[in-house]
Amino acid sequence: MALEKILRRSGKAVPVVGDDIDTDRIIPARFMKCVTFDGLGEYMFYDVRFDPDTGKKTAHNLNDERFKEASIIISGSNFGCGSSREHAPQAIAKAGFVAVIAEGYAEIFFGNSTQLGIPCVNVSHADRLKLSQAVEEDPAQEIIIDLEKMVVRYGAGEVPCAMREANRQALMSGDWDPLQELIDNADKADAVAASLNYI
Amino acid sequence: MSKNLYEKVWDAHTVAELSDGSTQLFIGAHLIHEVTSPQAFGMLEEKGLTVKYPQRTFATVDHIVPTNETEEPYSDPLAQEMIDAIRRNTRRHGITFFDTNTGMQGVVHIVGPEQGITQPGMTIVCGDSHTSTHGAFGAIAFGIGTSQVRDVLATQTMKMGKLKVRRINVNGTLAPGVTAKDVILHILKELGVNGGTGYAYEYGGEVIDNLSMEGRMTICNMSIEGGARCGYINPDETTFAYLKGRPYAPKKEAWDAAVKHWEAVASAPDADYDDVVNFDAADIAPTVTWGINPGQGIQINETIPTVSTLPEDLQSSAREALEYMDFQEGQPIEGTPIDVVFIGSCTNGRLSDLQEAAEAVKGRKVAEGVTALAVPGSQIVALEAERLGLDKIFTDAGFQWRQAGCSMCLAMNPDKLVGRQICASTSNRNFKGRQGSPTGRTILMSPVMAAAAAVTGKVSDARKVFTITG
Repeated sequence: MALEKILRRSGKAVPVVGDDIDTDRIIPARFMKCVTFDGLGEYMFYDVRFDPDTGKKTAHNLNDERFKEASIIISGSNFGCGSSREHAPQAIAKAGFVAVIAEGYAEIFFGNSTQLGIPCVNVSHADRLKLSQAVEEDPAQEIIIDLEKMVVRYGAGEVPCAMREANRQALMSGDWDPLQELIDNADKADAVAASLNYI
Repeated sequence: MSKNLYEKVWDAHTVAELSDGSTQLFIGAHLIHEVTSPQAFGMLEEKGLTVKYPQRTFATVDHIVPTNETEEPYSDPLAQEMIDAIRRNTRRHGITFFDTNTGMQGVVHIVGPEQGITQPGMTIVCGDSHTSTHGAFGAIAFGIGTSQVRDVLATQTMKMGKLKVRRINVNGTLAPGVTAKDVILHILKELGVNGGTGYAYEYGGEVIDNLSMEGRMTICNMSIEGGARCGYINPDETTFAYLKGRPYAPKKEAWDAAVKHWEAVASAPDADYDDVVNFDAADIAPTVTWGINPGQGIQINETIPTVSTLPEDLQSSAREALEYMDFQEGQPIEGTPIDVVFIGSCTNGRLSDLQEAAEAVKGRKVAEGVTALAVPGSQIVALEAERLGLDKIFTDAGFQWRQAGCSMCLAMNPDKLVGRQICASTSNRNFKGRQGSPTGRTILMSPVMAAAAAVTGKVSDARKVFTITG
């Protein structure tokens, strides 16, 4: 089955302020006691969105009415660090987000996201601040991530963005889920297995 | 130009170049556990696929198992559902499962080496970021997401981009009271939590050469905390001695052939690296974290840093950490009161970790008001520890002696912090809320430092508390 060729993602955005936002923060481990990914969306950033003592909604941007329609996350460096749990990008997707713009990503999170068809693009620190500020000032503006031109467009203009070339190619050609290609090479895989001394 | 171990293993396992330019890599051993595999089995069945190499897939259960109850059904029905699912999936697909009744269950990264499944020159993956642990044997081992668990189940291969290799030398000799945990916390504090992005870490030098396999595993385990997807150490006599006689290790003539192969897979002395970093053992002291990521560490006799003196890119995270931990700039970390002590996890839940801590607390008492847990990393570790009487030493001192599992490293079983408690922990992550209370606080340290915290009730220098001298 051919997958969507992801050339761009657009939507409203929400700044999730901070560096080193780890996967425990994105989806606390206690919500991973499940045998499917369904329903993870409501627990995304749970401990950031709800006061642990009172259970009430916090003043975080993710609770802010102004960002209610957001489908793109803007964050700092090393986003998605920590655990390899795919529950993190799954929760982000199930909560209705389609892309992330950040200063950098932890490797496993980045790979997991690509495989789910969630583009994660890098922008510089200065451009992240510029985008965040623009979105804070006008949350209704449309943000467009253009993977062909590698720019992020917003109301006032555009900033350059970057992504590892293989992942970009995979998204743009609709090959972001590699399973079929891996299966098609079964003979080659068996040949490698036969050449290994321990198999 | 000679190849390093990473390149040799990579080349030997390369199946094909894929359409986007990345590599299809053959996976020698696939370890699975209950948290990140059920969805992968679900995806497999949805597509009508089967497990391609069930004999190269090994399962255990660790994250959700309670460490204080054995009776099933567990009091947590969600935990029961997860253990039932992995039982069902492994049975259906003919996968070896180290279940709770086998005497071989434990934290997946302790079980693999203990069984001799983990061997030099292999590629090893698991749906868990601490898979880097297995690199201690000279394997290329890394954590993967659940969709990739599906890929490996279905094809025994996965898509991967080749990493660069950074050689990290730790030269000299460690001072008494300084352990492998201090070495890795030191490296993380110097290279940062994302300094390893895009790299595999190769650890070497005199300190690494002289470490036991258990110490080497502690170091490779936390590579991922530095952003390096895998970390490894070249196999040597220490590696071979550890593996010999283990259930899945090669036997008789096959052993000799394997050793020859393992020796050949090590990096050549003149191997090329993309980067080289040197550390001097003399600069390493017992190290603990003060913040909310594992790179926010200081030596025990240092004070919590002043934010304005830190590099600019670390400042916002440091401010956030101070606020969360409720610590002050310039405050000494030594003397910080703690509520809970946790000795265990895939980082420090092996026999020698428990031995070091037990030896230290022998004849002493856990400070009043402190809850202390000693949690063996596997049923085999538990059995060996009990044979040595370590359980008795711990319980006499006021520790709770638990059963094998991930326990308080993460919040997926009943072992959790409560409220704002501070935990002196031998685990690997001090993220906000990591240990089960959304406001709980973690200070990472070595087992002997955790033992010192247990008996004094505060963050302490184990060298002073236990009079450790050369």
